[in-house]
Amino acid sequence: MAETRDIEVTVNGESHTATVETRTSLGDFLRQGLGKTGTHMGCEHGVCGACTVLVDGEAVRSCLMLAVQANGHEIITIEGLADADGTLSPLQEAFWENHGLQCGFCTPGMLTSLTAFLKENPDPSEREVREAISGNICRCTGYQGIVDAALSAAKTMREG
Amino acid sequence: MKPAPFTYHDPETVDEAIALLGQHEDAKLLAGGQSLMPMLNMRFVVPDHVVDLNGVAGLAGIIDAGDALEIGAMTRQRDLMRDAAVGAKAPIIPEALEFVGHFQTRNRGTIGGSLCHLDPAAEQPCLMAVYDAVLTVQGPDGAREVPFAEWPLAYMIPSIGPDELLTRVRVPSWAVGHGYGFAEFARRHGDFAIVSAAALLEITGGSISRAAIAIGGADVRPIRLEEAETALVGQAANAESFKAAGEMARKIDAISDAYVSSAYRQRLAATMVERALVKAGSRAGGSA
Repeated sequence: MAETRDIEVTVNGESHTATVETRTSLGDFLRQGLGKTGTHMGCEHGVCGACTVLVDGEAVRSCLMLAVQANGHEIITIEGLADADGTLSPLQEAFWENHGLQCGFCTPGMLTSLTAFLKENPDPSEREVREAISGNICRCTGYQGIVDAALSAAKTMREG
Repeated sequence: MKPAPFTYHDPETVDEAIALLGQHEDAKLLAGGQSLMPMLNMRFVVPDHVVDLNGVAGLAGIIDAGDALEIGAMTRQRDLMRDAAVGAKAPIIPEALEFVGHFQTRNRGTIGGSLCHLDPAAEQPCLMAVYDAVLTVQGPDGAREVPFAEWPLAYMIPSIGPDELLTRVRVPSWAVGHGYGFAEFARRHGDFAIVSAAALLEITGGSISRAAIAIGGADVRPIRLEEAETALVGQAANAESFKAAGEMARKIDAISDAYVSSAYRQRLAATMVERALVKAGSRAGGSA
């Protein structure tokens, strides 16, 4: 019999209670338990960065955290980045405009990582952006569009 | 790619955690999870019990004790990088932590987790080696202190019993204005180092009065380059003395693996030591 625990988490501003198997990762819980399939599970050992979510505002790998460890914490996934009415965040808008995505698999991790990064570094250099996404693997774009999008979003947000 | 079933424990005190380790035979301690979770996911380790330290009170935090920094084992790498006292007293720590994984993994990863995992190429053990930090380990019979030189017993095996817990590390302070430098070579940023070097220098009146050099990644554990440390003291802090010190690293024991030969690691160690010393020399303030 699999061991379970009851947890309570806030995801994108909404409170959820759930019974989870203790060995379930946060990423699998978000996808399978809550149906939030925007978070992508890639390598499942902390290398690819696709599963990155924000836990209490900090970007973390959701494959390297257990769902039970998220009990009492606040999670933001890619589904929570746009406004409720569907208006994209400046970063999402910039990804669209700069061709920052192609197949879209890495995009949730790119967007959550860069959302946290730009909050702390509102005026980053290109090098700093590249370092920030060095833990997020993209196999389509060659990163150029993603870097352009991050720099453009930073500028938009600075100019308010 | 999913962990095998285990029994999960989330103690709230150090004593509870140690008691759990005593009760259960095949238990793994879960700190930041940035090494253990991948190993669980890939089923490289299949423990019967996982004892999660994230809810244990009093294990995280940094205390400036004047002549040393007392760092709780569950202090996250991100918090070490942001801490003002660490930045002022041990600036080599944030410099080296920039090389640890990525900012997303540093948000979870802890200093204690890295020191217990003890990958020979990891940056944090190399830092503890250069400082000769003292580790506090707590077990059912109380606490004991282990100087870092005695911490690694063998490849990835620290001097800690199955019912013991690393609670904190003590990093002795160097003189205000000491020089520091960390250099690393890896195939990609964020990878484990092939070879890294950490150097600390105190310079008085243009000559070196104290030196410490540690090399990570070369051998099965971080090593100190004592021969070069001794040779540097009393010498002028200049390019020649730093190069000569680096050359001594060519004689160290170095491992060979499928990718990198031991001779290459020795050459790399010489270059990394020289670079770390040059950085340290340029930063040493005071009467230099």
